[in-house]
Amino acid sequence: MLDDKDRIFRNLYGQDDWGLTGARARGAWDGTKGFIEKGRDWLVNEIKASGQRGRGGAGFATGLKWSFMPKLVGERPHYLVVNADESEPGTCKDREVMRHDPHLLVEGCLIAGAAMAANTAYIYIRGEFVRERERLQAAIDQAYEAKLIGRNNVHGFDFDLVLHHGAGAYICGEETALLESLEGKKGMPRLKPPFPANMGLYGCPTTVNNVETIAQVPDILRRGAAWFAGIGRANNTGTKLYCISGHVERPCNVEDAMGTPLRELIDRHAGGVRGGWDNLLAVIPGGSSMPMIPAGPDQADTLLMDFDGCRDKKSALGTAAVIVMDKSTDIIRAMARISYFYKHESCGQCTPCREGMGWMWRLLNRMAEGRAAKAEIDMLYEVTTQIEGHTICAFGDGAAWPVQGLLRHFRPEIERRIDEYTANPHPEPIPVAAE
Amino acid sequence: MAARRLAEDQPASFAFTAENLAWAKECIAKYPEGRQASAVIPLLWRAQEQSGGWLPQKAIEHVAELLGMARIRVLEVATFYTMFNLAPVGQFHVQLCGTTPCMLRGSDALKGICERRIGEQLHVTDDGKFSWIEVECLGACVNAPMAQINYDYYEDLTPVSFEKVLDELAAGRTPKPGPQIDRQLSAPVGGPTTLTTLSKT
Repeated sequence: MLDDKDRIFRNLYGQDDWGLTGARARGAWDGTKGFIEKGRDWLVNEIKASGQRGRGGAGFATGLKWSFMPKLVGERPHYLVVNADESEPGTCKDREVMRHDPHLLVEGCLIAGAAMAANTAYIYIRGEFVRERERLQAAIDQAYEAKLIGRNNVHGFDFDLVLHHGAGAYICGEETALLESLEGKKGMPRLKPPFPANMGLYGCPTTVNNVETIAQVPDILRRGAAWFAGIGRANNTGTKLYCISGHVERPCNVEDAMGTPLRELIDRHAGGVRGGWDNLLAVIPGGSSMPMIPAGPDQADTLLMDFDGCRDKKSALGTAAVIVMDKSTDIIRAMARISYFYKHESCGQCTPCREGMGWMWRLLNRMAEGRAAKAEIDMLYEVTTQIEGHTICAFGDGAAWPVQGLLRHFRPEIERRIDEYTANPHPEPIPVAAE
Repeated sequence: MAARRLAEDQPASFAFTAENLAWAKECIAKYPEGRQASAVIPLLWRAQEQSGGWLPQKAIEHVAELLGMARIRVLEVATFYTMFNLAPVGQFHVQLCGTTPCMLRGSDALKGICERRIGEQLHVTDDGKFSWIEVECLGACVNAPMAQINYDYYEDLTPVSFEKVLDELAAGRTPKPGPQIDRQLSAPVGGPTTLTTLSKT
């Protein structure tokens, strides 16, 4: 297990002062000026050397992403946009950063801004996080007050930080949808290319990073890239905030090393699976968009919680939001509910997604009752492949994968339920037209 | 996608109060020149607050005028984002999370309580106090099941504690937000397993 001194978020549970005094006592805002004075290249290279990969789901190398920004600032200003639209089911880590360690985020914004020559940054927080928004705004105000950010600040790099909020749309967590929303439009993703580093917010070069990614940056610089790179495995370095929810004895958020075995994570921090490890049915390792991994010696039992570890089990780390399901779970209903989520949150721009989501949800609902034909199982799989890769953004993939995960691992359960239903004839329900 | 339409009964007019208008101008100034449309969500939000929790058509038009946007563009935004209530809601608007992590921890039972005490979704009780809606993941999954009532999160609910929260609100008191069990926010019940060896700052 990670040593306490190696943790970045030392006020994760809000047990301490969130404000500037408390943050300073925990080490925030220390040496910031020195880092900024070392210049853009040093900052980008240091983050590259740390091996940090984005904490928001896709796991793209942070330093590399920063290096895509134009070297010189032309007529168009550069922007940093922080994605705080945390809405992936199972994920609740950025919320803790914003309400308990907001200064790490503010400091990270300043440093990341300096690394990309962006004098303005926007943080886009989801609308529901009203109290978190108030807290973060208070921290930003403190930073302005203390001349840590703003015009003519003590760090010698002019920097404005604006907190912007949404109003309840999961899709705005997709980076280009977020930019659209920030520009005052419906959150509908843009086609790429052009990528945001060329044409992002207001048509200007923009980088979008996750809250946790940015909030880790100051500590990476303070302790050195080698320290961060020394935690976890090659290509999967550093510490990670894990959210453990569902059927565990003590659900919690916790920061631990990348690559911690799933079982250790659950047993040590979350009090174990309800009813013991043998009672585990399946886990979703990285938020609801990722395929589930069933219990078993080659599966969840030996899963290492990092990018490569999850990929080895045909899933992905995503946001590292572990949703645990024990054997009492109606797995088909649980997945049907996830499908309902995607149906509700589809922005409606691409036909395969807009129509396919409702289609998958209705079929899964019937399958949960057993009111389906076995041929429809393959048809459902076929539909998921028609959605996956055929939409502007990754939302379509994220909705298709969990269904594919269900079909891959629990096909016998679906068949059993269909058999059970057909063995007990029911009156045919009145068909309901698609909405 | 959710089909969302404006309410049938609409007030005849809407205008920001002087205080809100000043606030709106400050908000618009946060964005670059010519990019005032960026302020559309915060302004609609404030308009919703001023109208008692919902967004009348006239408010949408007022915001459009203020920002120099076409009405249809603002209407699009108001109907796209689900936190904008297009019809009146109760004094306490309960947004109950029903997504899988909450479902696994018993949100179905809480739904039953809402149906029994308040009625159908988006129905406002006769006394005007309560309305409810099932929403998608609110991002407090390790404190599931949970509900957002107006701006506060009530977490780690059981049918008993949820009824108690509703009772308190109905009686005009403000129950304490956050976990409704003995627990330090998102730390495991019984105390954190980490951050125990740090000296107190």
